[in-house]
Amino acid sequence: MKTHPLRRGGLIALLACLFFAPLVALAVDDPSEMLPDPAQEQRAEAIGAQLRCLVCQNESIEDSSADLARDLRHVVREHVAKGESNQQIMDWMVNRYGNFIRLKPPFTIGTLLLWVMPLLALCIGIGIAWWTFRRPRAPAPPPLSDEERRRLSDLTETR
Amino acid sequence: MSDQPSSPTRRRLLMAAPLVVAGGVGVGFWRMLSGMTKGSFDPHDIHAPALNRPVPDFALPDQAPGTGFSAADLRGLKAPVLVNYFASWCIPCVAEMPVLNALKDKLPIWGIAYKDKPEHALGFVQRAGNPYARIAADHDGLAAIDWGVSGVPETFLVGPGGVIRWHTASPITEAMITNTIMPLADSLKP
Repeated sequence: MKTHPLRRGGLIALLACLFFAPLVALAVDDPSEMLPDPAQEQRAEAIGAQLRCLVCQNESIEDSSADLARDLRHVVREHVAKGESNQQIMDWMVNRYGNFIRLKPPFTIGTLLLWVMPLLALCIGIGIAWWTFRRPRAPAPPPLSDEERRRLSDLTETR
Repeated sequence: MSDQPSSPTRRRLLMAAPLVVAGGVGVGFWRMLSGMTKGSFDPHDIHAPALNRPVPDFALPDQAPGTGFSAADLRGLKAPVLVNYFASWCIPCVAEMPVLNALKDKLPIWGIAYKDKPEHALGFVQRAGNPYARIAADHDGLAAIDWGVSGVPETFLVGPGGVIRWHTASPITEAMITNTIMPLADSLKP
């Protein structure tokens, strides 16, 4: 329903991306975007890799070529250059876009089920297995009496 | 056979379990789908935490034919205004213009042209009819990031004192105005 900055010439951009993707590993398509200090640039890339591009939604801002992702990369680099810590920059982003911008959701009440689900599924599985195997097998039926054996042989003979 | 644990009741319960789960999932999907048509549920909504917060610090220049504004202007208000991010290159923005034009006499609307060339934004407002009491230009889109904007159109209801009271990342519709925006705006009027 919404037009994102990406929509302009979206198809052409997409095709260009697909074509050039193997050539450039990162979407930092303009070297002038990069910070001069390699250590700082590396930090900015690490932070950006954890931030969701809000246009593409399943890409990090480092991977996306959407306009908004480029702006967010720029903002991250500005904050890194100012000497802010990773946590400070993350908080700055979450303050504006909520936890949705974090590609790795934090451990909160709302995401509790998400994080404990593997453990929960394992426990349920163990529970079902234990409940199934704990049940005693039905006891073997008592051996046939003479009367029953005679009836059985009668039946099989008449066949 | 009498000591077999699967009594008829238990077996019936086990058979009903998948149906109950499927029914529950069905009700959930139905609620989401009906919410989407009514506008109360938007799967693309980013739930920006802007609600009940004061507007961020910003000061934006004029965009013809309007005059720019700053956070101070919004914080000094006594009555609510609708702040609408738009762009000339955005199709849903064109679609919501008639709705905004019908609303402007009931509720002042302040526009912010997002990453737009001044002449394009001017042309857009002239073509579509100008619903905006004031128009500012956010050329580099950095003020928008402070607002938590992720695309256009995006709209905020700013109450007295510059506090954000309502927000949507979808185009404004008649239903939103009658069901949500106007009741809320009326309750915020002094």
